[in-house]
Amino acid sequence: MRLTLWIPLMLFALFAGLAGYQLTQPKNEFVESQMLGKPLPAFDLRPANLGQPGASLADFKDGKPKLLNIWASWCLPCIAEAPHLERLKDAGVDIVGVAIRDRPQDVARFLAQHGNPYSRIGADDLSVIQLEIGSSGVPETFVIDGQGIIRHQHIGDVRAGDVPKLLQKLEEAK
Amino acid sequence: MLAELGLAALWLCAALALLQLLGGALAQREATGELAALVRPAAIVQGVLAMFAFAMLLWVFAVTDLSVKLVATNSHSMKPLIFKLSGAWGNHEGSMLLWVTVMAMAGALIALIEKRLPEKTMQATLASQGFVALGFYAFLLLSSNPFERLPIPAIEGQGLNPLLQDIGLAFHPPTLYFGYVGLSVAFSFAVGALLTRQVTPEFARVMRPWVLGAWVFLTLGITAGSYWAYYELGWGGWWFWDPVENASLMPWLAATALLHSASVLAARDALRTWTIMLGVVAFSMSMLGTFLVRSGILTSVHAFAVDPERGSFILFLLILYIGGALAVFGLRAGSVTEGTRFKAWSREGALVFNNVMLSAILGIVLLGTLYPLLTEAFDVRVSVGPPYFNPVGAIFVVPMLLVMAVGPLLRWRGDSWERLKMPILVIAAILIVLAAAVYFLGDMSVLAWIGLTLAGGLAVASFLPLRGRNLRRVPIATWGMVCAHFGIAVALFGMASESAFTQEKLAAVSPGATEQLSDWNITLESVDPVAGPNWTALEAKLLVSRGNEKPVIVAPQSRNFWAPPQETTESALLTRWDGQLYAVVGNQAEDGRWQLRLWWKPFVTFIWYGGLLIAFGGVLAIIGRVKTDLKRRVVKRAIAQRRSFEEAA
Repeated sequence: MRLTLWIPLMLFALFAGLAGYQLTQPKNEFVESQMLGKPLPAFDLRPANLGQPGASLADFKDGKPKLLNIWASWCLPCIAEAPHLERLKDAGVDIVGVAIRDRPQDVARFLAQHGNPYSRIGADDLSVIQLEIGSSGVPETFVIDGQGIIRHQHIGDVRAGDVPKLLQKLEEAK
Repeated sequence: MLAELGLAALWLCAALALLQLLGGALAQREATGELAALVRPAAIVQGVLAMFAFAMLLWVFAVTDLSVKLVATNSHSMKPLIFKLSGAWGNHEGSMLLWVTVMAMAGALIALIEKRLPEKTMQATLASQGFVALGFYAFLLLSSNPFERLPIPAIEGQGLNPLLQDIGLAFHPPTLYFGYVGLSVAFSFAVGALLTRQVTPEFARVMRPWVLGAWVFLTLGITAGSYWAYYELGWGGWWFWDPVENASLMPWLAATALLHSASVLAARDALRTWTIMLGVVAFSMSMLGTFLVRSGILTSVHAFAVDPERGSFILFLLILYIGGALAVFGLRAGSVTEGTRFKAWSREGALVFNNVMLSAILGIVLLGTLYPLLTEAFDVRVSVGPPYFNPVGAIFVVPMLLVMAVGPLLRWRGDSWERLKMPILVIAAILIVLAAAVYFLGDMSVLAWIGLTLAGGLAVASFLPLRGRNLRRVPIATWGMVCAHFGIAVALFGMASESAFTQEKLAAVSPGATEQLSDWNITLESVDPVAGPNWTALEAKLLVSRGNEKPVIVAPQSRNFWAPPQETTESALLTRWDGQLYAVVGNQAEDGRWQLRLWWKPFVTFIWYGGLLIAFGGVLAIIGRVKTDLKRRVVKRAIAQRRSFEEAA
């Protein structure tokens, strides 16, 4: 019996094992940020909404955990999550918004229609900050602790069931 | 009622496939297995019943029987009839039924006409074919029943993916299935030959038309699929190294290697084990492709409807057939005696080199496709794309194409350098001159430069096998080879030209304004709504012209389907002999200007003309081979007759 003749079968067994393993693994369809556990990159964004301050790294270093919400007025799921952000705000959470590729008049219209849960909103016109913190879509919500370290990433819109989870993550970040 | 008849026919098919498997297997043990006599009839009846089941499926789709779940989820009463019918196989269940139907028809055909191999080998082959079919029947009947009824009939169907409402795409999957099934026949022949230790030139000759047929269909399928992606998706690209595309390319690469090595086995009785191995690999690749596409295992970011149960079932079949065949290979291949030896500098030598290169390319594509699967096991997400496939593939494609230019000129067994010095020097001279000329043509990537140079050299070299011959006496199969090799040169030229010379423009244009692209003048006349049978669209009218040509209207659309709601871009193409103008209309900006995306792609059509030439070469080769086989049969019969006369005398 020649060993070389069995090599194809061995290679195939390797593939079958791998495929079988992968099939039984739960599928995670989201791309998680590589920045979790790391400090926020330096940034300083101009205000996205007239009459409200912009956002910068310094805002996240006051010792209090905050939510960083990536959103846009052109994004439909952002409308869906607006009431739940409002509830988080009512629970005393400080939410900093970053509006992606947006215009002041559109931002103002959106906030007038769906409420404004943000303490400040920065304008990220070229998605630079969004990419630097490892967010691959809109909306996404990050929990940032008092030292500016990214503690948690929530991908997609915040739904009713996510509110207690986010509150707990904020508690843990204290 | 008709759906139930179809289902009953499927169950009978499964029973017959089991009979075919058992009969064929038992025939290997005893001298006169009683079931053995049933193997061929079982295959034939199974083919007829499978066709009947598929006809029933077509019928319920044609009349939009909404009590059948598959019709309700995939069709719509408002759809044009042709798309109702193509909807029958434009979904998982229906396409599996089509696959197994074609497979049963192929089994019936070999059971009817193939008499050249020893009967035991034929029975083992049909047993293997029955075994493979049985798994697919089980898959259909146990987990993907296409005839399932709804408890309450639906009021209206849920439509068909509008992207699939396209005449080209309606026939794209069946084309690929014909290819896959052809390879399944080759696989069964290989298993049969291996089990009965009959790896002979006759086996190669019997298998070859099936491999060639499969290869022609795969070539056409890939060519059509590439053109579809090019004009339907509106991205202007023709190949994306997407797992689904790779899934169709891998069996093609293996089949290309197989048909060349089968030629060596048929003509020179060499490469026995290697040909068997390729027979197994070629079908494995088509099964693997099916698994990758349908299990959703590789679509991690863009999730399709993923069904782990379905994936597990196909993986189980994969392990059963491929694992089984490779185990038989491990056990038996050692006892297949070595074939005839040959010198390196010979036709066989060149073909072996081509085989090794093709296998290496196959390995590269396979590795690139499966690599994300491997790294994901370690929680690392990667996606492998053109930066890997293009340069790494080229390392092997370039030497393969160089040998392809020379190989057909070599004689079997061994050849002399002296005899070939002239043609090789001519090819080398052409390549050097072209390389220099293309270099001064403009700024382009290294791969495009190599591609243009090689394409020119190959185009000339592919006709050299005809030199000094009486063209009327050249065998048809040789014409097939010339045509296919020339097709490779043509396709390569198209690819390199597209990569080197494409000009792109993204512009916001108000009606009446004119844009320049290359030497084209493109004027946006108007943008108007238009209505189709199940869509409405915004259609841009572009008046395009160049030089003194009469202006022509080109009309790209942005289409909205309503069942199900989906937006698609319908690119508009203007084809000229020297390239294509490709236009896509986008959204309207607030100031009333329209976004237009325009490309001028010189000689891009040559990619698909090349594909067609390759496939046509395959068709010529089949005609040539079958003709010789028939002639051989007549001669054999005549010899046998004379013998019996002599013996009688």
